[in-house]
Amino acid sequence: MAQLDGTTEGNHGTIIYVSEDFPSTAQTKPLQALRRYIFSTDHKMIGLQYFFLSLAAVLVGSFLSLLMRIHLTWPDAALPIVGHIKPENYLAYLTMHGTLMVFFVLSTAPLSGFGNYFLPLQLGSSEMAFPRLNLLGFWITFLALLILLSAFFIPGGASLAGWTQYAPLSAIASSGPGQGQGTTLWLVSIGLFCIASVLGAINFITTTLKKRTVGMRLLRMPLPCWTWFVAAILSLLAFSVLLAATIMLLLDRTAGTGFFVPSGLLVNGKPVPQGGGSALLWQHLFWFFGHPEVYIAVLPGLGITSHLLSVFSRKPVFGYKAMVGAILAIGVLGFAVWGHHMFVSGMDPYASFAFSGLTTAIAVPSAIKTFNWIGTIWGGKLRFTTPMLFSLGFVSLFITGGLSGPLLAQPALDMYLHDTYFVVGHFHLIMAMAGLFAVFAGTHFWFPKMFGRMMNERLGAAHFWITFIGAYAIFLPMHFLGIAGHPRRYSDLTSVHYVAALAPVHRFITWAAIITIGAQFIFLLNLFWSMFRGAKAGVNPWGCSTLEWTLCSPPPGNGFGDRAPVVYHGPYEYGVSGATTDFLMQDASATS
Amino acid sequence: MAVAFLLAILFITIIVVYLFLAHPWWFPAGASSIAATVDGHFKVAFLLVGILFVSGQLLLAASLLSSRQKRSQKNLTPSGNKPNLSGNWRLEALWTVGITCLFVWFNASGERLWSEITVRDLNAEKIEIEVTGTQFQWYFRYPGADGAFGRTDPQRWAKPDEGNPLGMDPNDDAGRDDIVSTTLMLPQGRDIDFTLKAFDVIHSMFIPAMRFKQDTVPGMIGHAHFRPTEAGSYEMVCSQLCGLGHYRMRATVKVVSEQDFKRWLNSMAQPKETTAQ
Repeated sequence: MAQLDGTTEGNHGTIIYVSEDFPSTAQTKPLQALRRYIFSTDHKMIGLQYFFLSLAAVLVGSFLSLLMRIHLTWPDAALPIVGHIKPENYLAYLTMHGTLMVFFVLSTAPLSGFGNYFLPLQLGSSEMAFPRLNLLGFWITFLALLILLSAFFIPGGASLAGWTQYAPLSAIASSGPGQGQGTTLWLVSIGLFCIASVLGAINFITTTLKKRTVGMRLLRMPLPCWTWFVAAILSLLAFSVLLAATIMLLLDRTAGTGFFVPSGLLVNGKPVPQGGGSALLWQHLFWFFGHPEVYIAVLPGLGITSHLLSVFSRKPVFGYKAMVGAILAIGVLGFAVWGHHMFVSGMDPYASFAFSGLTTAIAVPSAIKTFNWIGTIWGGKLRFTTPMLFSLGFVSLFITGGLSGPLLAQPALDMYLHDTYFVVGHFHLIMAMAGLFAVFAGTHFWFPKMFGRMMNERLGAAHFWITFIGAYAIFLPMHFLGIAGHPRRYSDLTSVHYVAALAPVHRFITWAAIITIGAQFIFLLNLFWSMFRGAKAGVNPWGCSTLEWTLCSPPPGNGFGDRAPVVYHGPYEYGVSGATTDFLMQDASATS
Repeated sequence: MAVAFLLAILFITIIVVYLFLAHPWWFPAGASSIAATVDGHFKVAFLLVGILFVSGQLLLAASLLSSRQKRSQKNLTPSGNKPNLSGNWRLEALWTVGITCLFVWFNASGERLWSEITVRDLNAEKIEIEVTGTQFQWYFRYPGADGAFGRTDPQRWAKPDEGNPLGMDPNDDAGRDDIVSTTLMLPQGRDIDFTLKAFDVIHSMFIPAMRFKQDTVPGMIGHAHFRPTEAGSYEMVCSQLCGLGHYRMRATVKVVSEQDFKRWLNSMAQPKETTAQ
C-alpha cells in the first residue's frame, strides 16, 4: 500500500509517505472494499464516514427548515411531493430539524468527523486508542439516524414535541399526533446516539492522554486537540445523563412507569393512569445534558477557528495558554448553568440567582477568546483564503450571537424573552451559524489532506459571502420578532393579532433563507467537483506547522507507519525570528 | 478581500445599530407596575451589549486594516513579523479584569431587579385568580364572594361540554360561587395573585404588555403576581409548545376600573346561580 518515498523536506527531516489516490477502488476486491469503506477501523475512514453522515443530515435538516419557512409565509401553498403542509407537519419538521442539526450535524461533524480524522494525526499517532470501539460508534450513530428518519414514514408521523421533548407532552401518546410511535422512535434514536457518543468520548479522551507522540506535551497540542479533548469530556458526562433520561422517558411511555408523569392528569379527555412523577425532573436532566451539549457543538469550532486564524495570519495564536484556560473554564462552567433554560419553568426563583450569575460568568472566558482572536489577526500577514474567510466570519458571528447571551442570562429579562424568536435568533447565530462556519472553514482547510485535492477558491468565496450576509439576514430580524413578543414554535401566525402584524418580517426572513439555502449548492458543487477534479494538493499546501501536514495527501492507511514523529516545538511557530521559512514544523529538529 | 470584509462588517454593524435605534419592531407599551423598571433595565442591557458589539466588530475590522498597513512598518524580523506577538499577559489580564467587573455589575443589577419582581410582597387588597392551561384553552377562575376556591379533580369531574372544564367537585360548597372565565378580567391598580395550574401538559402564560411570563406545570401549583396599571385590552398567548393547537392558545386580558370589574363579577355570578338548581 504505502511506500516510502524517501524525500526529506528542507531542514524538517520529515518523511513523506505516498499512497494511492483516494478514493480508488480499481483494484480492490469486494471484500477488501467492504473492509476499507464500510467496516473500517481506520480513524481517517471513520472520520470521513461521520463527515458524510453529517452532510446527509444537514441536507435533510436544511430542507426541513426551508419547508417550515415556506409554510410560515405561504401557509396555503401546495408543494410538489410534500403537498400541503399542515400544522402537525410543521411541528414534526421543527422537531426533526432541531434533532438532526443538534445531534447529527453540530455534535457530529466538528467532533466525530474532523476529530476522528485529525486528532490522532495532530498528536502524531497513527490510530485512535480503540479502533474497534470507533467502528462500533459510527455504525450505532448511523442506525440512530435511520431510526430517527424512519418516523416520517409511520402512521402519525414524526414527533412534534420539539427537540427538547418536554414531558409530559412527550410521555403521553395521546397528547397529539406524532406523540405515539413517532416519539418512541425519537427516544430510541437518541438513546442509541448517546451510547455512540459515550463510546466516541472514551476513545477521544484516551487517545489524547495516551497516544501523544514523543515530545507532544499537553501544552504543545494544537488548539483543536484541546477543544476535541474537552468536548469529549463534556460528551462523556452529558450524554450519560441524557441516556438515563431517555430510558426513563421510554419506560414512562411503554412500561407504565411515571418518572415524568405527575398524578391526576387528564389528556385528550382521558385520565392518565400513571403518576407520582415530576415534569420538571425531565427539564433538569435534559438541560444538564443540553447546555454542555451547546459547548460540545461549539468548542471544536473555537479550536478550529483559533488554529486557522493563526495559520492564515502567519502569526502564533495570541495567548495560547489563556486560550487553553478559557477552553477549560468554558467546559467546567458549562455544567453549572443548565438552570438558565428554566427561569420561568416553575423552578424556585432563588435558584435563578445562582444560575444567572454562573451563566454570566461564561461571558468572561468567551471574551478572552474573542480578544485573543483579534490579537492573533492583529498585525499579521493575512491570507484571505476561503477557510480564513469562514474563520473571520465565525468571529463576527460569535461576537454577535454571544452578546445576547448575558441578556438571556438575566431572569428578569429572560422572563420576557424566553421561548420567543429572540432565543431562536440567539442560538442560531452562536451555535448553528458559528458552528457551521467552523465546519465550512475546516472542510476547505483540511480538504487537501482528506482528499488530496484543493477546493475551488472562487466558488468558496462566493459561498462564503452569500452565507455570511444570509446568516445575519435570517437570524438578526428574529431578535426583533422576539422583542415584539413573538413566541417560538407557532405553526400558524394568524391567530394572535400582534403576531400576525409581524408577517412582513417573516417574509423577509423566508426570502433570505431561500437564497442562503440555495447558495449551499455552491458548496456541494465545490465539494464533489473538487473531490475528483480539484487541483492536486501537495503535502503542505497552506504552510502549516502541525503534524498532519507532514504526511502525504491523503495520508497512507497506516498514518505515520512505524516512524512516529518527535515533537520539538509548539503548534503555532509562525513568523519566528531567525527561521528560514516563516514557520517551523512541530517536528523540525533544527533548533532555533 | 480585506476591504470587502471591512465593508461587510461596517454594513452589518450600521444596520444593527440603526434597527435598535429606530426600532420599527419593539416591545408593546407596558401595562404593569414592573414594565417601566424592566424596560429601563432592557435599555441598560442593550446599551452595554451594543457598545461591546460595535467595538468588537470594529476591532475585528480594524485588525484587517492593521494587516494592510503592516508592510511599511519597522521592527520586523527577517521573516516579516513583529516580535512578541504570541501574547501579552498584561493586556490579557487587563481585559479579563475589565470585562469581569462590567459583567459582575450588570449581573448584580439584574439580580436586584429579579428579587424586586419575584418577592411576594402583595398588599392585603390583592385579587386571587387561578389560571389553568389546557390543550388549547386558558381558563381563569375567580373565588367568588366566599373568597375560597372549590376543590377540583379533572380526572373525576372534568366535562368541558357540560360547563365544567376544570373538573370542579359538584359537592364542594366553596366551589358553588366560583366564576370560570375564558377572558382574563383584571381590575386596574390592584395586585393580582395568580395560582397556576395545568392538568395535561406544560403551557406558559405570556402577556407581553405586562412583561410577564410563567409556565403552568401539571403536578405543580405555581404562584405569580403582577399589578396591571393601564386599562385596556391585551393579548395573552401560550409560549410553551403544548401540541398541535399551541399557536391558537390565546386569551384576551381586559384591564378595567374597579367598578367595572365588580359589575363583571356580578354579571358572571348571576347566570350561574340560576342554573344551579
